[in-house]
Amino acid sequence: MVISEKNEAIIVLEGVTKFYGGFQALKGCSMVVSRGQKIVLCGPSGSGKSTLIRCINRLEEHDSGRIVVAGTELTRNMANVAAVQSEIGMVFQQFNLFPHLTVVENLMLAPRLVRKLPRPQAREIAMHYLARVRIPEQADKFPIQLSGGQQQRVAIARALCMKPQIMLFDEPTSALDPEMIKEVLDVMTDLARDGMTMVVVTHEMGFARSVADLVVFMDAGEIVEQAPPSEFFGAARSARTKLFLQQILTH
Amino acid sequence: MSFDLMLVAASLPKIATGVVLTLKLLVVSLLFGTALGIGAALMRISGSRLLAWPSFAYSYVFRGTPMLVQLFIIYYGLSQFEGLRNSMLWPILREPFWCAVIALSLNEGAYAAEILRAAIRGVDQGLHEAGHALGLSPRQRFMHVTAPIAVRLALPAYGNEMIGLLKGTALVSMIAMNDITGVARTIVAKTFAPYEIFISAAIVYLSITWVIQHGIRVAERHFNRYIKK
Repeated sequence: MVISEKNEAIIVLEGVTKFYGGFQALKGCSMVVSRGQKIVLCGPSGSGKSTLIRCINRLEEHDSGRIVVAGTELTRNMANVAAVQSEIGMVFQQFNLFPHLTVVENLMLAPRLVRKLPRPQAREIAMHYLARVRIPEQADKFPIQLSGGQQQRVAIARALCMKPQIMLFDEPTSALDPEMIKEVLDVMTDLARDGMTMVVVTHEMGFARSVADLVVFMDAGEIVEQAPPSEFFGAARSARTKLFLQQILTH
Repeated sequence: MSFDLMLVAASLPKIATGVVLTLKLLVVSLLFGTALGIGAALMRISGSRLLAWPSFAYSYVFRGTPMLVQLFIIYYGLSQFEGLRNSMLWPILREPFWCAVIALSLNEGAYAAEILRAAIRGVDQGLHEAGHALGLSPRQRFMHVTAPIAVRLALPAYGNEMIGLLKGTALVSMIAMNDITGVARTIVAKTFAPYEIFISAAIVYLSITWVIQHGIRVAERHFNRYIKK
Protein backbone atom coordinates (compact mmCIF):
# COMPACT_ATOMS: atom_id res chain seq x y z
CA MET A 1 0.00 0.00 0.00
CA VAL A 2 1.37 3.38 -0.98
CA ILE A 3 0.37 6.24 1.24
CA SER A 4 2.70 9.17 1.38
CA GLU A 5 3.13 10.90 4.72
CA LYS A 6 1.22 14.01 3.85
CA ASN A 7 -1.83 12.07 2.67
CA GLU A 8 -4.42 12.03 5.39
CA ALA A 9 -6.24 8.74 5.94
CA ILE A 10 -9.94 9.37 5.42
CA ILE A 11 -11.23 5.81 5.83
CA VAL A 12 -9.58 3.38 8.20
CA LEU A 13 -10.81 -0.18 8.60
CA GLU A 14 -9.20 -2.35 11.26
CA GLY A 15 -10.11 -6.01 11.61
CA VAL A 16 -13.72 -5.46 10.57
CA THR A 17 -15.98 -8.49 10.91
CA LYS A 18 -19.61 -8.98 10.03
CA PHE A 19 -21.91 -11.94 10.58
CA TYR A 20 -25.30 -12.70 9.05
CA GLY A 21 -26.57 -15.21 11.56
CA GLY A 22 -24.01 -18.00 11.44
CA PHE A 23 -22.48 -16.87 8.16
CA GLN A 24 -19.38 -14.71 8.44
CA ALA A 25 -19.43 -12.22 5.58
CA LEU A 26 -16.33 -10.28 6.65
CA LYS A 27 -13.40 -11.97 8.37
CA GLY A 28 -11.27 -9.22 9.77
CA CYS A 29 -10.81 -6.75 6.92
CA SER A 30 -8.24 -3.97 7.26
CA MET A 31 -7.67 -1.21 4.79
CA VAL A 32 -6.70 2.45 4.72
CA VAL A 33 -7.98 4.92 2.15
CA SER A 34 -6.32 8.29 2.01
CA ARG A 35 -7.99 11.46 0.85
CA GLY A 36 -8.37 11.61 -2.92
CA GLN A 37 -7.56 7.95 -3.44
CA LYS A 38 -9.57 5.80 -5.83
CA ILE A 39 -10.03 2.25 -4.68
CA VAL A 40 -11.53 -0.50 -6.80
CA LEU A 41 -12.86 -3.46 -4.84
CA CYS A 42 -13.18 -6.64 -6.83
CA GLY A 43 -13.65 -10.32 -6.23
CA PRO A 44 -16.06 -13.15 -6.91
CA SER A 45 -19.70 -12.69 -5.98
CA GLY A 46 -20.37 -13.37 -2.33
CA SER A 47 -16.85 -12.34 -1.40
CA GLY A 48 -18.05 -9.52 0.87
CA LYS A 49 -17.25 -6.48 -1.30
CA SER A 50 -20.72 -4.97 -1.04
CA THR A 51 -20.95 -5.78 2.65
CA LEU A 52 -17.65 -4.02 3.23
CA ILE A 53 -18.66 -0.75 1.60
CA ARG A 54 -22.09 -0.91 3.16
CA CYS A 55 -20.37 -1.06 6.55
CA ILE A 56 -18.41 2.09 5.70
CA ASN A 57 -21.60 4.19 5.61
CA ARG A 58 -23.39 2.10 8.19
CA LEU A 59 -26.07 0.60 5.99
CA GLU A 60 -24.77 -2.52 7.72
CA GLU A 61 -23.50 -2.57 11.27
CA HIS A 62 -20.13 -4.32 11.69
CA ASP A 63 -19.78 -6.75 14.57
CA SER A 64 -16.20 -6.11 15.62
CA GLY A 65 -13.15 -4.15 14.56
CA ARG A 66 -12.94 -0.42 13.97
CA ILE A 67 -14.23 1.80 11.18
CA VAL A 68 -13.09 5.43 11.26
CA VAL A 69 -14.34 7.81 8.59
CA ALA A 70 -13.02 11.37 8.38
CA GLY A 71 -11.84 11.16 11.95
CA THR A 72 -15.11 9.85 13.37
CA GLU A 73 -15.42 6.28 14.56
CA LEU A 74 -18.60 4.43 13.69
CA THR A 75 -20.19 3.24 16.90
CA ARG A 76 -23.71 2.81 18.19
CA ASN A 77 -23.68 6.55 18.83
CA MET A 78 -26.30 7.80 16.39
CA ALA A 79 -24.83 11.29 16.20
CA ASN A 80 -21.56 9.79 14.96
CA VAL A 81 -23.39 7.71 12.40
CA ALA A 82 -25.26 10.74 11.07
CA ALA A 83 -22.01 12.73 10.94
CA VAL A 84 -20.30 10.01 8.94
CA GLN A 85 -23.25 9.46 6.62
CA SER A 86 -23.37 13.11 5.70
CA GLU A 87 -19.73 12.86 4.51
CA ILE A 88 -20.39 9.85 2.29
CA GLY A 89 -22.36 9.59 -0.93
CA MET A 90 -23.48 6.22 -2.18
CA VAL A 91 -24.50 4.91 -5.58
CA PHE A 92 -26.37 1.62 -5.81
CA GLN A 93 -26.55 -1.08 -8.44
CA GLN A 94 -30.31 -0.57 -8.80
CA PHE A 95 -30.09 3.27 -8.88
CA ASN A 96 -32.78 3.55 -6.17
CA LEU A 97 -34.10 6.86 -7.42
CA PHE A 98 -37.29 7.99 -5.70
CA PRO A 99 -39.89 7.13 -8.35
CA HIS A 100 -42.51 9.60 -7.15
CA LEU A 101 -40.21 12.61 -7.46
CA THR A 102 -38.93 14.23 -10.61
CA VAL A 103 -35.23 14.10 -11.35
CA VAL A 104 -34.55 17.55 -9.92
CA GLU A 105 -36.72 16.82 -6.86
CA ASN A 106 -34.71 13.64 -6.29
CA LEU A 107 -31.61 15.79 -6.11
CA MET A 108 -33.18 18.49 -3.94
CA LEU A 109 -34.68 16.23 -1.29
CA ALA A 110 -31.66 15.61 0.94
CA PRO A 111 -30.20 19.13 0.70
CA ARG A 112 -33.61 20.50 1.69
CA LEU A 113 -34.33 18.08 4.52
CA VAL A 114 -30.86 17.37 5.87
CA ARG A 115 -28.98 20.57 5.03
CA LYS A 116 -32.13 22.69 5.51
CA LEU A 117 -31.50 24.63 2.30
CA PRO A 118 -34.36 26.71 0.89
CA ARG A 119 -35.85 25.37 -2.35
CA PRO A 120 -34.28 27.86 -4.79
CA GLN A 121 -30.81 27.18 -3.42
CA ALA A 122 -31.35 23.41 -3.41
CA ARG A 123 -32.55 23.64 -6.99
CA GLU A 124 -29.52 25.64 -8.01
CA ILE A 125 -27.19 22.99 -6.58
CA ALA A 126 -29.26 20.26 -8.18
CA MET A 127 -29.06 21.88 -11.62
CA HIS A 128 -25.32 22.35 -11.19
CA TYR A 129 -24.75 18.65 -10.61
CA LEU A 130 -27.23 17.61 -13.29
CA ALA A 131 -25.14 19.64 -15.71
CA ARG A 132 -22.05 17.88 -14.43
CA VAL A 133 -23.50 14.47 -15.20
CA ARG A 134 -24.63 15.93 -18.53
CA ILE A 135 -28.40 15.62 -18.29
CA PRO A 136 -29.72 19.03 -17.20
CA GLU A 137 -32.47 18.75 -19.85
CA GLN A 138 -34.04 15.78 -17.99
CA ALA A 139 -34.59 17.74 -14.77
CA ASP A 140 -38.37 17.71 -14.78
CA LYS A 141 -38.93 14.13 -15.92
CA PHE A 142 -39.73 11.23 -13.66
CA PRO A 143 -36.97 8.61 -13.25
CA ILE A 144 -38.92 5.94 -15.15
CA GLN A 145 -38.84 8.12 -18.26
CA LEU A 146 -35.03 7.93 -18.34
CA SER A 147 -32.73 5.20 -19.62
CA GLY A 148 -30.79 3.11 -17.11
CA GLY A 149 -27.57 5.00 -17.80
CA GLN A 150 -29.31 8.32 -17.32
CA GLN A 151 -30.92 7.10 -14.10
CA GLN A 152 -27.57 6.04 -12.71
CA ARG A 153 -26.07 9.42 -13.60
CA VAL A 154 -28.96 11.09 -11.77
CA ALA A 155 -28.19 8.86 -8.78
CA ILE A 156 -24.56 10.01 -8.87
CA ALA A 157 -25.66 13.64 -9.06
CA ARG A 158 -28.10 13.09 -6.20
CA ALA A 159 -25.28 11.85 -3.99
CA LEU A 160 -23.01 14.73 -5.04
CA CYS A 161 -25.62 17.32 -4.04
CA MET A 162 -24.80 16.56 -0.42
CA LYS A 163 -21.19 17.56 -1.17
CA PRO A 164 -19.73 14.38 0.29
CA GLN A 165 -16.01 13.89 0.88
CA ILE A 166 -16.23 10.25 -0.13
CA MET A 167 -18.24 8.45 -2.79
CA LEU A 168 -19.07 4.75 -2.55
CA PHE A 169 -20.19 2.86 -5.65
CA ASP A 170 -21.77 -0.57 -5.26
CA GLU A 171 -21.59 -2.21 -8.69
CA PRO A 172 -22.84 0.94 -10.41
CA THR A 173 -22.86 -0.54 -13.90
CA SER A 174 -23.96 -4.10 -13.23
CA ALA A 175 -27.64 -3.43 -13.91
CA LEU A 176 -26.97 -1.51 -17.11
CA ASP A 177 -27.21 -2.52 -20.74
CA PRO A 178 -23.73 -2.65 -22.26
CA GLU A 179 -24.19 0.48 -24.37
CA MET A 180 -24.93 2.55 -21.28
CA ILE A 181 -21.99 1.46 -19.18
CA LYS A 182 -19.59 3.89 -20.78
CA GLU A 183 -21.62 7.02 -20.06
CA VAL A 184 -21.69 6.12 -16.36
CA LEU A 185 -18.00 5.22 -16.23
CA ASP A 186 -17.18 8.50 -18.01
CA VAL A 187 -18.97 10.46 -15.30
CA MET A 188 -17.13 8.47 -12.65
CA THR A 189 -13.81 9.10 -14.36
CA ASP A 190 -14.54 12.85 -14.40
CA LEU A 191 -15.28 12.67 -10.72
CA ALA A 192 -12.02 10.85 -10.07
CA ARG A 193 -10.10 13.52 -11.98
CA ASP A 194 -11.63 16.18 -9.77
CA GLY A 195 -10.01 14.53 -6.79
CA MET A 196 -12.98 12.78 -5.17
CA THR A 197 -12.16 9.96 -2.78
CA MET A 198 -13.85 6.92 -4.29
CA VAL A 199 -14.39 3.32 -3.28
CA VAL A 200 -15.86 1.38 -6.19
CA VAL A 201 -17.10 -2.18 -6.21
CA THR A 202 -17.03 -3.18 -9.86
CA HIS A 203 -16.18 -5.84 -12.38
CA GLU A 204 -15.12 -3.21 -14.92
CA MET A 205 -11.42 -4.02 -15.03
CA GLY A 206 -10.80 -1.39 -17.70
CA PHE A 207 -12.02 1.24 -15.26
CA ALA A 208 -9.86 -0.26 -12.52
CA ARG A 209 -6.81 -0.14 -14.76
CA SER A 210 -7.27 3.45 -15.86
CA VAL A 211 -8.70 5.12 -12.76
CA ALA A 212 -7.82 3.18 -9.62
CA ASP A 213 -4.88 4.02 -7.41
CA LEU A 214 -5.32 0.74 -5.66
CA VAL A 215 -7.10 -2.47 -6.56
CA VAL A 216 -8.30 -4.50 -3.61
CA PHE A 217 -9.14 -8.14 -4.20
CA MET A 218 -11.54 -9.86 -1.81
CA ASP A 219 -12.48 -13.50 -1.54
CA ALA A 220 -14.60 -15.32 1.05
CA GLY A 221 -14.83 -12.30 3.35
CA GLU A 222 -11.11 -11.55 3.36
CA ILE A 223 -8.98 -8.93 1.69
CA VAL A 224 -6.58 -11.18 -0.19
CA GLU A 225 -4.46 -8.67 -2.00
CA GLN A 226 -4.18 -4.92 -2.54
CA ALA A 227 -1.90 -3.39 -5.12
CA PRO A 228 -1.74 -0.59 -7.69
CA PRO A 229 -3.40 -1.71 -10.94
CA SER A 230 -0.16 -2.18 -12.89
CA GLU A 231 1.12 -4.53 -10.26
CA PHE A 232 -2.26 -6.16 -9.63
CA PHE A 233 -2.96 -7.02 -13.25
CA GLY A 234 0.65 -7.71 -14.14
CA ALA A 235 1.94 -9.70 -11.24
CA ALA A 236 -0.78 -10.80 -8.86
CA ARG A 237 0.76 -12.66 -5.97
CA SER A 238 -1.92 -14.95 -4.59
CA ALA A 239 -3.28 -17.97 -6.38
CA ARG A 240 -6.85 -16.87 -5.68
CA THR A 241 -6.27 -13.52 -7.35
CA LYS A 242 -4.68 -15.18 -10.37
CA LEU A 243 -7.63 -17.53 -10.75
CA PHE A 244 -10.10 -14.66 -10.51
CA LEU A 245 -8.21 -12.59 -13.06
CA GLN A 246 -8.03 -15.53 -15.43
CA GLN A 247 -11.76 -16.00 -15.16
CA ILE A 248 -12.73 -12.42 -15.83
CA LEU A 249 -10.02 -11.39 -18.28
CA THR A 250 -10.08 -14.35 -20.64
CA HIS A 251 -13.08 -13.17 -22.65
CA MET B 1 -95.67 -10.57 -11.18
CA SER B 2 -96.08 -6.86 -11.46
CA PHE B 3 -93.44 -4.22 -11.27
CA ASP B 4 -94.61 -0.69 -10.61
CA LEU B 5 -92.18 1.69 -12.31
CA MET B 6 -94.20 4.65 -11.10
CA LEU B 7 -93.65 3.53 -7.55
CA VAL B 8 -89.90 3.41 -8.13
CA ALA B 9 -90.02 6.92 -9.55
CA ALA B 10 -92.12 8.17 -6.68
CA SER B 11 -90.02 6.59 -3.95
CA LEU B 12 -86.59 7.51 -5.30
CA PRO B 13 -86.77 11.12 -4.00
CA LYS B 14 -87.95 9.87 -0.61
CA ILE B 15 -85.18 7.32 -0.41
CA ALA B 16 -82.73 10.00 -1.41
CA THR B 17 -83.51 11.77 1.88
CA GLY B 18 -81.58 8.95 3.54
CA VAL B 19 -78.52 9.75 1.44
CA VAL B 20 -77.45 12.56 3.75
CA LEU B 21 -77.22 10.28 6.75
CA THR B 22 -75.54 7.51 4.75
CA LEU B 23 -72.93 9.93 3.42
CA LYS B 24 -72.39 11.46 6.85
CA LEU B 25 -71.77 8.03 8.33
CA LEU B 26 -69.50 7.14 5.43
CA VAL B 27 -67.37 10.27 5.55
CA VAL B 28 -67.03 10.53 9.33
CA SER B 29 -66.26 6.81 9.73
CA LEU B 30 -63.82 6.94 6.86
CA LEU B 31 -61.90 9.78 8.51
CA PHE B 32 -61.81 8.18 11.96
CA GLY B 33 -61.23 4.74 10.48
CA THR B 34 -58.33 5.91 8.34
CA ALA B 35 -56.72 7.64 11.30
CA LEU B 36 -57.14 4.46 13.35
CA GLY B 37 -55.80 2.39 10.46
CA ILE B 38 -52.68 4.56 10.10
CA GLY B 39 -52.03 4.30 13.82
CA ALA B 40 -52.57 0.55 13.86
CA ALA B 41 -50.41 0.03 10.75
CA LEU B 42 -47.57 2.05 12.28
CA MET B 43 -47.83 0.02 15.46
CA ARG B 44 -47.65 -3.19 13.45
CA ILE B 45 -44.47 -2.17 11.63
CA SER B 46 -42.88 -0.47 14.64
CA GLY B 47 -40.75 -3.50 15.43
CA SER B 48 -41.90 -3.34 19.03
CA ARG B 49 -43.91 -6.35 20.18
CA LEU B 50 -45.59 -4.26 22.82
CA LEU B 51 -47.07 -2.07 20.09
CA ALA B 52 -47.51 -4.66 17.38
CA TRP B 53 -49.48 -7.15 19.41
CA PRO B 54 -52.44 -4.94 20.42
CA SER B 55 -52.67 -3.76 16.83
CA PHE B 56 -52.71 -7.33 15.56
CA ALA B 57 -55.37 -8.30 18.11
CA TYR B 58 -57.48 -5.29 17.13
CA SER B 59 -57.41 -6.15 13.42
CA TYR B 60 -58.04 -9.80 14.16
CA VAL B 61 -61.10 -9.18 16.34
CA PHE B 62 -62.77 -6.60 14.13
CA ARG B 63 -62.10 -8.40 10.89
CA GLY B 64 -63.12 -11.69 12.39
CA THR B 65 -66.59 -10.75 13.67
CA PRO B 66 -69.69 -9.48 11.82
CA MET B 67 -70.06 -5.74 11.81
CA LEU B 68 -73.73 -6.14 12.75
CA VAL B 69 -72.72 -7.96 15.91
CA GLN B 70 -70.20 -5.23 16.71
CA LEU B 71 -72.86 -2.60 16.15
CA PHE B 72 -75.29 -4.36 18.49
CA ILE B 73 -72.59 -4.78 21.13
CA ILE B 74 -71.79 -1.09 21.03
CA TYR B 75 -75.37 0.14 20.76
CA TYR B 76 -76.97 -2.14 23.34
CA GLY B 77 -73.88 -2.98 25.35
CA LEU B 78 -72.43 0.41 26.30
CA SER B 79 -75.51 1.42 28.27
CA GLN B 80 -74.88 -1.54 30.60
CA PHE B 81 -71.99 0.31 32.17
CA GLU B 82 -73.19 2.65 34.85
CA GLY B 83 -69.89 4.50 34.92
CA LEU B 84 -70.34 5.27 31.25
CA ARG B 85 -73.94 6.37 31.67
CA ASN B 86 -72.81 8.90 34.27
CA SER B 87 -69.80 10.08 32.30
CA MET B 88 -69.48 13.18 30.19
CA LEU B 89 -69.33 10.99 27.12
CA TRP B 90 -72.83 9.64 27.60
CA PRO B 91 -74.65 12.35 25.62
CA ILE B 92 -72.55 11.22 22.68
CA LEU B 93 -72.59 7.50 23.31
CA ARG B 94 -76.33 7.25 23.69
CA GLU B 95 -76.81 8.64 20.18
CA PRO B 96 -77.32 5.88 17.62
CA PHE B 97 -75.35 8.02 15.15
CA TRP B 98 -72.20 7.98 17.26
CA CYS B 99 -72.61 4.31 18.12
CA ALA B 100 -72.78 3.63 14.40
CA VAL B 101 -69.75 5.82 13.75
CA ILE B 102 -67.79 3.98 16.45
CA ALA B 103 -68.66 0.57 15.02
CA LEU B 104 -68.01 1.58 11.42
CA SER B 105 -64.76 3.38 12.26
CA LEU B 106 -63.37 0.52 14.30
CA ASN B 107 -64.22 -1.83 11.47
CA GLU B 108 -62.78 0.41 8.79
CA GLY B 109 -59.65 0.96 10.87
CA ALA B 110 -59.04 -2.77 11.17
CA TYR B 111 -59.17 -3.27 7.40
CA ALA B 112 -57.29 -0.06 6.64
CA ALA B 113 -54.49 -1.17 8.97
CA GLU B 114 -53.97 -4.34 6.95
CA ILE B 115 -54.09 -2.52 3.62
CA LEU B 116 -51.65 0.17 4.76
CA ARG B 117 -49.31 -2.30 6.38
CA ALA B 118 -49.10 -4.30 3.18
CA ALA B 119 -48.57 -1.12 1.16
CA ILE B 120 -45.77 0.12 3.41
CA ARG B 121 -44.11 -3.29 3.23
CA GLY B 122 -44.46 -3.14 -0.54
CA VAL B 123 -42.22 -0.09 -0.90
CA ASP B 124 -38.85 -1.08 -2.35
CA GLN B 125 -36.30 -1.52 0.43
CA GLY B 126 -33.64 0.00 -1.83
CA LEU B 127 -35.40 3.38 -1.68
CA HIS B 128 -35.26 3.22 2.07
CA GLU B 129 -31.53 2.56 1.88
CA ALA B 130 -31.01 5.39 -0.58
CA GLY B 131 -32.72 7.76 1.85
CA HIS B 132 -30.61 6.39 4.64
CA ALA B 133 -27.40 6.87 2.67
CA LEU B 134 -28.43 10.46 1.92
CA GLY B 135 -28.67 11.13 5.65
CA LEU B 136 -32.47 11.32 5.92
CA SER B 137 -33.76 10.53 9.39
CA PRO B 138 -36.14 7.57 9.80
CA ARG B 139 -39.01 10.01 10.12
CA GLN B 140 -37.99 11.93 6.99
CA ARG B 141 -37.60 8.67 5.10
CA PHE B 142 -41.08 7.63 6.10
CA MET B 143 -42.76 10.95 5.34
CA HIS B 144 -41.01 11.76 2.07
CA VAL B 145 -40.24 8.36 0.57
CA THR B 146 -42.21 5.48 2.05
CA ALA B 147 -45.56 7.15 2.73
CA PRO B 148 -46.16 8.76 -0.67
CA ILE B 149 -45.34 5.52 -2.46
CA ALA B 150 -47.39 3.44 -0.01
CA VAL B 151 -50.41 5.65 -0.65
CA ARG B 152 -50.23 4.79 -4.33
CA LEU B 153 -49.87 1.09 -3.59
CA ALA B 154 -52.78 1.16 -1.13
CA LEU B 155 -55.17 3.08 -3.35
CA PRO B 156 -56.90 0.28 -5.32
CA ALA B 157 -57.53 -1.82 -2.20
CA TYR B 158 -58.58 1.29 -0.33
CA GLY B 159 -61.16 2.12 -2.97
CA ASN B 160 -62.70 -1.31 -2.53
CA GLU B 161 -62.66 -0.80 1.20
CA MET B 162 -64.54 2.50 0.85
CA ILE B 163 -67.24 0.78 -1.16
CA GLY B 164 -67.37 -1.97 1.46
CA LEU B 165 -67.86 0.67 4.13
CA LEU B 166 -70.65 2.32 2.12
CA LYS B 167 -72.47 -0.99 2.02
CA GLY B 168 -71.72 -1.53 5.69
CA THR B 169 -73.56 1.67 6.59
CA ALA B 170 -76.81 -0.09 5.62
CA LEU B 171 -76.57 -2.02 8.88
CA VAL B 172 -77.44 1.10 10.88
CA SER B 173 -81.03 0.64 9.75
CA MET B 174 -81.01 -2.17 12.31
CA ILE B 175 -80.66 0.35 15.12
CA ALA B 176 -83.56 2.43 13.86
CA MET B 177 -81.61 4.98 11.86
CA ASN B 178 -83.01 6.55 8.71
CA ASP B 179 -80.19 6.00 6.28
CA ILE B 180 -80.98 4.90 2.73
CA THR B 181 -81.89 1.38 3.81
CA GLY B 182 -83.74 2.65 6.90
CA VAL B 183 -85.91 4.97 4.81
CA ALA B 184 -86.52 2.18 2.32
CA ARG B 185 -87.68 -0.15 5.08
CA THR B 186 -90.06 2.49 6.41
CA ILE B 187 -91.60 2.93 2.96
CA VAL B 188 -91.87 -0.83 2.51
CA ALA B 189 -93.78 -1.06 5.77
CA LYS B 190 -96.31 1.41 4.38
CA THR B 191 -96.54 0.27 0.75
CA PHE B 192 -95.91 -3.48 1.04
CA ALA B 193 -93.84 -3.18 -2.15
CA PRO B 194 -90.40 -4.46 -1.11
CA TYR B 195 -89.40 -5.25 -4.66
CA GLU B 196 -89.71 -1.74 -6.10
CA ILE B 197 -88.52 0.03 -2.98
CA PHE B 198 -85.37 -1.98 -2.38
CA ILE B 199 -84.50 -1.78 -6.07
CA SER B 200 -84.79 1.98 -5.74
CA ALA B 201 -82.48 1.82 -2.73
CA ALA B 202 -80.03 -0.29 -4.72
CA ILE B 203 -80.04 2.28 -7.51
CA VAL B 204 -79.15 5.02 -5.01
CA TYR B 205 -76.29 2.93 -3.58
CA LEU B 206 -75.02 2.16 -7.05
CA SER B 207 -74.84 5.83 -7.96
CA ILE B 208 -72.81 6.58 -4.83
CA THR B 209 -70.53 3.64 -5.62
CA TRP B 210 -70.08 5.02 -9.12
CA VAL B 211 -68.97 8.38 -7.70
CA ILE B 212 -66.50 6.70 -5.33
CA GLN B 213 -65.06 4.49 -8.06
CA HIS B 214 -64.70 7.45 -10.34
CA GLY B 215 -62.95 9.45 -7.62
CA ILE B 216 -60.54 6.60 -6.94
CA ARG B 217 -59.80 6.28 -10.63
CA VAL B 218 -58.94 9.98 -10.85
CA ALA B 219 -56.71 9.65 -7.79
CA GLU B 220 -55.01 6.58 -9.23
CA ARG B 221 -54.32 8.36 -12.46
CA HIS B 222 -52.72 11.18 -10.50
CA PHE B 223 -50.55 8.88 -8.43
CA ASN B 224 -49.64 6.63 -11.35
CA ARG B 225 -48.33 9.45 -13.47
CA TYR B 226 -44.81 8.54 -12.48
CA ILE B 227 -45.02 4.84 -13.24
CA LYS B 228 -46.23 5.25 -16.81
CA LYS B 229 -43.60 5.46 -19.49
